[in-house]
Amino acid sequence: MKQKLIAAPYLVWMAVFIVVPLLMVAYFAFTDGEGRFTLDYIAEVGKYTDIFVRSIWLAAIATVICLVIAYPLAYILTKMEKKRQSTMLMIVMLPMWMNFLLRTYAWMTLLGNNGIINTLLGYVGLGPYKMLNTEGAVVLGMVYNYLPYMILPLYSVMEKIDKSLIEAAADLGCNGARVLAKVIFPLSLPGVTSGITMVFVPAISTFIISRMLGGGGNLLIGDLIEMQFLGNSYNPNLGAGISLVLMVIILLIMTIMNQFDSDDEKVLI
Amino acid sequence: MKKLSKIYVSAVLLFLYLPIFVLIIFSFNATKSRSVFSEFTFDWYIRLFQNELIMTSFRNTLIVATIASVCATVLGTAAAIGINRMSKAGKAVVMNITNLPIINPEIVTGVSLMLVFVFFAARMHLEFGFITLLIAHITFNVPYVILNIMPKFRQMNPHLYEAAQDLGCSPVKAFFKVVLPEIMPGIMSGFLMSLTFSLDDFIISYFTSGPTSQTLPITIYSMTRRKVSPEINALSTIIFLIVVIVLIGKNILENRHAKRDKAM
Repeated sequence: MKQKLIAAPYLVWMAVFIVVPLLMVAYFAFTDGEGRFTLDYIAEVGKYTDIFVRSIWLAAIATVICLVIAYPLAYILTKMEKKRQSTMLMIVMLPMWMNFLLRTYAWMTLLGNNGIINTLLGYVGLGPYKMLNTEGAVVLGMVYNYLPYMILPLYSVMEKIDKSLIEAAADLGCNGARVLAKVIFPLSLPGVTSGITMVFVPAISTFIISRMLGGGGNLLIGDLIEMQFLGNSYNPNLGAGISLVLMVIILLIMTIMNQFDSDDEKVLI
Repeated sequence: MKKLSKIYVSAVLLFLYLPIFVLIIFSFNATKSRSVFSEFTFDWYIRLFQNELIMTSFRNTLIVATIASVCATVLGTAAAIGINRMSKAGKAVVMNITNLPIINPEIVTGVSLMLVFVFFAARMHLEFGFITLLIAHITFNVPYVILNIMPKFRQMNPHLYEAAQDLGCSPVKAFFKVVLPEIMPGIMSGFLMSLTFSLDDFIISYFTSGPTSQTLPITIYSMTRRKVSPEINALSTIIFLIVVIVLIGKNILENRHAKRDKAM
């Protein structure tokens, strides 16, 4: 009994700084400035459907690209010698330890009209191409920043796959491609789903990448929320409404992703 | 096949490192140009260390991260011990709520805390600044501490604690002699995780800090808004060097530990 009490300070903290803030978001979303109940702000979120669609679309593209790049990389990593694996993994994760603002800033200098890529292209008589302030630049920024979040879960799941299963499949007549499709891919699915959520959630809610690489023309949900709280169009009620819708979208997507994990796999994790 | 793998890995690494190397090279460039290298200089580094704003925010970052991670570790360790003793249902409820800040997008956590602080600011004498920033950092750190410690309880033999008491230890002494050493690795990794998250956090700090308590990431953000400031390149180079040194050091230490464990 006494031992349970030791959690009390945290329980209070949790109530005040985790539960109350989220209730506050819900309260602001459903009331107006004077505290009267209203659905106006939730309805107003509908005006920004194009921004929601763009955010979901760009985040989805970035997630797919991350998966396509990370899957072979994780697979190649597991094939290396044990000692080299940990070194390689460290090298892959190292850029992630730099502040993501600096990493995104680096792409600003690369992609600009007077940036290095355009200057190099200029030497061979091409360009300049407009690369910065485009949707493509936003997707590139998302892929660059969140790629390690895809590599890590994929690698840790693939590394645990029992090698004798692969040998058994080969002994029973599977060629390389069929081993991949029938054995390795199904067993790596938990890594795929957790990688997808780890990339998609930050990508859909980012507001820095779009601002730094997308210019003013490629607003995402994150920018919209930020503008309601700290920007010119101060309106916390609308901001709370947008945040609430964002949370619901993410919850839906995570529920869908969880459907792909069968129950016995969940026990393993 | 082997060759193809090598080319592929190199291509991904090039993609990951090229932008950072470009920043490093141009931190030594005499002009403000971001595409043509003219002359070698250390000027940007000197200016960086003379920049009052960067130095103050760097100090702020260190102070907030240290206090927040220590508080989060103490709060989280106590919480984990208590949660471990709760009923199954109680445990499930508390753990689900604890997971919320991890699952939620950072911007939602930041905004929700901001709303609470605005509410308190209007009713009490609370100003956006060091205190709000600290509360926010502790809040997003504690879940990681708890999640690092909980598995250690599961791996531990629960009878050890009882045995220690049977052999004459008081409950408190039994805790410090038996339980604490078992969960120590979890406490340490929770602390280190908190420290790194705190040092690196931008989004939640952005919504919860005041003008007097800017952290380094917030200052970096306002610098990037001013388009060309090669001091950022110098700062990136220094941070990159620190990260490389810390990670290599950590790797060497781990290898040494692994070797020693094998020898035993």
